[in-house]
Amino acid sequence: MGKLLVKEKDIVVPGEDLAEGMDYLPVSGAYREEDKIIANHIGVVSINGRLVKVIPLRGKYTPKVGDVVIAKVVDMSFSNWYLDIGCPQNAMLSVRDATEFVEKGADLNQFYSFGDIIVARISKVMRGTVELTMRAPGLRKLGVGRLLPVGSSKVPRIIGKQGSMISVIKEKTGCRVIVGQNGLAWIQGDPKNEMVAVQALELVNTNSHKEGLTDEVTKFLAKHMKGLTVSPDHYKDDDQLYQEHQPQERRDHRGGYRDNRGGGYRDNRRGGYRDNRGGGYRDNHRNYDRPSSDRGRDSSSHDRREMRDARKRGGYI
Amino acid sequence: MTTKTTKKGTKGKRLDGRGPEDLRDMDAKVSIIPRADGSAMFRSGNTVAIAGVYGPRELHPKFLQNPERGVLRCHYSMMSFSTTERVRPGPNRRSREISMVIEKALTPVLHLEQYPNSVIDVFIQMIQTDAGTRCAGITAAALALADAGIPMKDMVSSVAVGVVNGTVVADLTKEEEDVEGTVDIPLAFLPRTGEVTLLQMDGKLSQKHLKESLLLGKKVSKKIYDLQKKAIKESYHHA
Repeated sequence: MGKLLVKEKDIVVPGEDLAEGMDYLPVSGAYREEDKIIANHIGVVSINGRLVKVIPLRGKYTPKVGDVVIAKVVDMSFSNWYLDIGCPQNAMLSVRDATEFVEKGADLNQFYSFGDIIVARISKVMRGTVELTMRAPGLRKLGVGRLLPVGSSKVPRIIGKQGSMISVIKEKTGCRVIVGQNGLAWIQGDPKNEMVAVQALELVNTNSHKEGLTDEVTKFLAKHMKGLTVSPDHYKDDDQLYQEHQPQERRDHRGGYRDNRGGGYRDNRRGGYRDNRGGGYRDNHRNYDRPSSDRGRDSSSHDRREMRDARKRGGYI
Repeated sequence: MTTKTTKKGTKGKRLDGRGPEDLRDMDAKVSIIPRADGSAMFRSGNTVAIAGVYGPRELHPKFLQNPERGVLRCHYSMMSFSTTERVRPGPNRRSREISMVIEKALTPVLHLEQYPNSVIDVFIQMIQTDAGTRCAGITAAALALADAGIPMKDMVSSVAVGVVNGTVVADLTKEEEDVEGTVDIPLAFLPRTGEVTLLQMDGKLSQKHLKESLLLGKKVSKKIYDLQKKAIKESYHHA
């Protein structure tokens, strides 16, 4: 019979034994050698039934298909922009995947120039190459505002369960806030409000291991927003970026007859038969999600889906 | 194990009062360089190493890139004030050799295949030296790599063992190294499996002594591993 050697939420170092016996399965951040499960990097242990994984605490962003990222233009060629998304390779945005209408032979500089900041979604990840798309609601070039590095491992906490944390910050400060999965946050609003929003994000960042953080942030905001006015409504503009379930249907629909490039772009969206594939492949799809009506179709992978959903909601810390 | 008297010490004690299997007083700390992706300090007695890890990042010039796996680059250097005699700054024959052996000692634990065309840079600076610098460097570098969140199959713990006046001892000081006829064996172990990733030796040594030295090295490297583990875990308890 297998035996667990660590507890939930333990901090482990690489090479540390997590479990013995074949009853447990390594998910991410862990590997099996003979009958032992061993941690692969520094992180927090998370146990879900028989699944053992290590959630990273440090490290560079690992691109995953479907992630919304904040990217900076660093290079361009005839038909592509190259963007820095904080991972070892630059990501590529093809003119076909940009929302601007680009004439043949046009100077790409006119649209997105060096140093411009863009919100985009990752459409394809292959060994060594990352492709971005802007063909989804809310994806665009970002104008004036503040960029705040928050670290990709802290992003789920900043967004909160079903976006609870970020919506509190947005609502109370009246700022527009976009958090990229790659660990960058963009904030725009009245200068004073921006400062409060930055402080609130930093508060979340430094206390990310604590519980009851949303209440603490609410209190913090109530105190610091005294005397500041919240201008109406434009903070809601980016909400669609966080409603990752609904836009899916629209995209599928549109993709049906407009997106005839096939291949990478659509292949990484949900098809009906995904669940039959191997675990390793699917585990790469962090934001793999389907309308809730789809759930439960395949009960054998219930555990995995539950874990994935939990991760997306940011509920694991 | 038989313990003979060393140069002047009392029976079974070394020049600095340690027993043959005792390590020097040690310290380890991670995340000491804010701008680095990962960093660590390791001190063993008067030998102090700091290591900074940058990357994985794109490797330039491009012809050095490997599309199959990432590249680990180590840069070891002794600071000019680290010994009694000033060290001329910049790479020299010795530091280049040590950089290379450190690279080879660390590569087996890293999952470099996850980072094609990329490089992980490790900069090791010795701010104070009293023998055993490559071992302190490896121990610090392994900590810094782990601190950078880079996937590793194990840690690397490194220690020097040697034979001084016919006695097998661990973690030599410069004083002991300079005793006539001393043999010095820097070793690096993967603590979980006990695999050896670094083994160098200078001096003449009997088979029996070599065997004893390796066993002693394996035994004491566990203590270094425990300290590494503690250093990483502590950095999160304070945060």
